[in-house]
Amino acid sequence: MNSSFQFAGSLFPALTQLQQQLDEVFRMDGTANIRALSGRTFPAVNIGSTPDAVEVIAFAPGIDPKALQITIDKGLLVISGERAENTENKEREDDVSVYAQERFTGQFRRVISLPEDADPNQVHATCRDGIVRVSVAKRESAKPRQIAVN
Amino acid sequence: MNDRTDVTKSTEQAPRVPESALAPAVDISENDVGIELVADLPGVPKDGLSIKVDGANLTIEGSAQIDVPQNLEPLYGEIRSRHFRRSFTLSRELDPSRIEAKLANGVLRMHIPKSEAARPRRIEVSAL
Repeated sequence: MNSSFQFAGSLFPALTQLQQQLDEVFRMDGTANIRALSGRTFPAVNIGSTPDAVEVIAFAPGIDPKALQITIDKGLLVISGERAENTENKEREDDVSVYAQERFTGQFRRVISLPEDADPNQVHATCRDGIVRVSVAKRESAKPRQIAVN
Repeated sequence: MNDRTDVTKSTEQAPRVPESALAPAVDISENDVGIELVADLPGVPKDGLSIKVDGANLTIEGSAQIDVPQNLEPLYGEIRSRHFRRSFTLSRELDPSRIEAKLANGVLRMHIPKSEAARPRRIEVSAL
């Protein structure tokens, strides 16, 4: 299970990790540039591949699976939807003070370019505990196979 | 396959979270009756979550369970840990014994009530 978080020792994953660690230490407190984007994209995705399929794991907590749109068009996998604002306190809005608002709200859309060997006709998506897993099968012709010697 | 003998058994049910853990994004707001805390914990099931109050410290720890095939070869990753941890300091007017927590769809919602004495109240003036 842990394998989805261990990456080969190439440079870019190492840089991303460093950036993530720096973000953790120097938490952005909103005083930066007025147009600065929050460093976090939503939903965060991890991508991996097995001999049979390409697996996209999207971390989308608090999203109703029915409200999530997953489409594939021309080799692009699009995950889109909307996460509603925290509404629990809405009715007593006057005397609510907000101390932290780090969670993403609003519309989101993530586009992932699938590899050539992915078969857009064989996709299935599951959702559990706020994690959406989309698995796109690889084409039969692209799967590794053994050739028998006569 | 268990060749270890536990001399003392751990009393804690929730799995231990290692030192390096992600800080989950939170929303915190306060109203008359208490504090609402909402935290994003994607993939964390109920039994993978532990909420501890130790003195004035509130610690939320969780481990995500992600179903992926064994032979998965990672290509790209934005989330590099399946462990989450974040701590907060509670102020004295909050009542940690009556904290309520709900976990649904990877989102934790907590209500930390204020003690009765700390709630704002109106004092009626009686006319003589």
